[in-house]
Amino acid sequence: MVNRLAVDIAGLKLKNPTMLAAGILGMSGASMLEVIRNGAGAVVTKSLGLKPRKGYANPAIVQVPCGIINAMGLPNPSINSFGEEILEIKQLKLDVPLIVSVYGFSAEDFAKVAQKAEKIGADAVELNVSCPHVEGTGCEIGQNPKLVAEVVKKVKATVKKPVILKLTPNVDDIVAIAEAGAKAGADAITAINTVRAMKIDVETTKPILANKFGGLSGPPIKPIAVRCVYEIYERVKTPIIGCGGVATWEDAVEFLLAGASAVQIGSAIAWKDLGVFKSVTKGIDCYLRRKGFRSVKDIVGLSHRS
Amino acid sequence: MSVYLTAANQLRILKIAAVKNETANVKSFMFHDKTASNALPGQFVMIWIPGVDEVPMSLSMINPEQNLMAISVEKVGEATRALHKMKVGDLVGIRGPFGKGYRVTDNLKTGAAMIAAGGTGIISLAPVCEQLVKNKGCRVTFLLGAKTQSELLFIERLKNLLDNKKHRFIATTDDGSCGEKGLITTVAENILAKEKFDMVFACGPEAMMYKMFMLCERTKMLFQASLERFMRCAVGICGTCVIGKFRVCRDGPVFSGEELRMVKEEFGLFKRGANGRKINL
Repeated sequence: MVNRLAVDIAGLKLKNPTMLAAGILGMSGASMLEVIRNGAGAVVTKSLGLKPRKGYANPAIVQVPCGIINAMGLPNPSINSFGEEILEIKQLKLDVPLIVSVYGFSAEDFAKVAQKAEKIGADAVELNVSCPHVEGTGCEIGQNPKLVAEVVKKVKATVKKPVILKLTPNVDDIVAIAEAGAKAGADAITAINTVRAMKIDVETTKPILANKFGGLSGPPIKPIAVRCVYEIYERVKTPIIGCGGVATWEDAVEFLLAGASAVQIGSAIAWKDLGVFKSVTKGIDCYLRRKGFRSVKDIVGLSHRS
Repeated sequence: MSVYLTAANQLRILKIAAVKNETANVKSFMFHDKTASNALPGQFVMIWIPGVDEVPMSLSMINPEQNLMAISVEKVGEATRALHKMKVGDLVGIRGPFGKGYRVTDNLKTGAAMIAAGGTGIISLAPVCEQLVKNKGCRVTFLLGAKTQSELLFIERLKNLLDNKKHRFIATTDDGSCGEKGLITTVAENILAKEKFDMVFACGPEAMMYKMFMLCERTKMLFQASLERFMRCAVGICGTCVIGKFRVCRDGPVFSGEELRMVKEEFGLFKRGANGRKINL
């Protein structure tokens, strides 16, 4: 029987269209394995760089009534000591793509990390040009189409595995960035990273996050993310992965209809826990059956045609 | 509670209601907070010291009748030093309670329980002892260990609570300045060789908890211990506090012996630093 939930993104074969978003849990092999056991179709690691990084002091997250604002500050053990974590998963030969999220402070950095990621077994790399709270990287690159193109070209010239570009919504024109990335050779686009945000406590009159600014995730950014996916789908042929506030199957289907081929899930784990991957997948399956669609592919971008 | 559950137990700002000096290095801070004063023993809160840091803290007192709860804080670093300087009326932020607490009523058959507390491990175990004694009528064997007499926490509170012949209270100090000289794990080993308990609860340095775990494995005693790891989000998403497949903030901090068996390649051996790298314990 054909699996109607299966999707193919730039050659990556997913058993279902749910993925673990970058930055969530992906600090160790064992914890990513637990996400896989709970039904994720693919997993993305924490963003890894050339050197270990502690990240910012606490508070690194603040729960707001509608979502979560985080300023973790890209904590990671560096790509050089992540091999054993990846091996822990790869040795099980699970048919679940493992994508390494990569960050750097220059195109060369990105290429070096991506090369090492490929060497230690990554099935793809996702370029984090969209973290909204670390100077010299993330969205400071991702807001500039020329820099984005440079990073993508350099990485594409270095690795054979698919290269996914994760975009920031903190721009005037996300389509222009997506177009620049696609033209430079990105194999897929993830939209979106968090929305730059902050929270001030009225009693103590202080910003709560140690870094003052962070990135908002969760339900409040979903309409922004859906709009971004919809706009990119209209102008770019590259497959899109939707990300931002997915917690239910309806959220996921909305992204698929907007043009995403898969969705990433992150903050929802805070209140739905790891069961969210199975509940979203099951909901999509029921929806497809109820509506008479044969495959997820049938509804990707469908809202543009109706 | 908000309709969006991301906000469950979100940050609120509280005035310090009372401060108590417990030992030279440990102070208790009391707060009126309905949510946290209904926590389960072993659950934790994140304490925001405005402008300084946010750190996980165990609840040393949980009193829903008086809408009162307390954290007890050992002065060990920047955050705790800043907290020690704070006075009644000062403001701190609190998130939580979070995580899974001690399953106090699990397997209560004969009513005999052992509690082994090393150093500040007593903080999360004092409310367990209170529930076992006051609500469940259990016979408690309480082992309290510290480096030296002046660091033994909550001695009076425990002596009052366990002031009945059916209970047993044994203090140990490394230097012999109070109670028996030596480690509580040695005392526990002798007792566990002869007696059975419905449950053994432990909290303290990880080496001590690991020893207690091994003793309970050997004597086939049910076991629970509260683990400590560096924490950030406290809601199970950032992955900082992972041990094996578990997140200490969400799947713990209290783990059963059965769960600890699943992470025996990490438990007692290493933890992860802020950058995710392994640090030998």
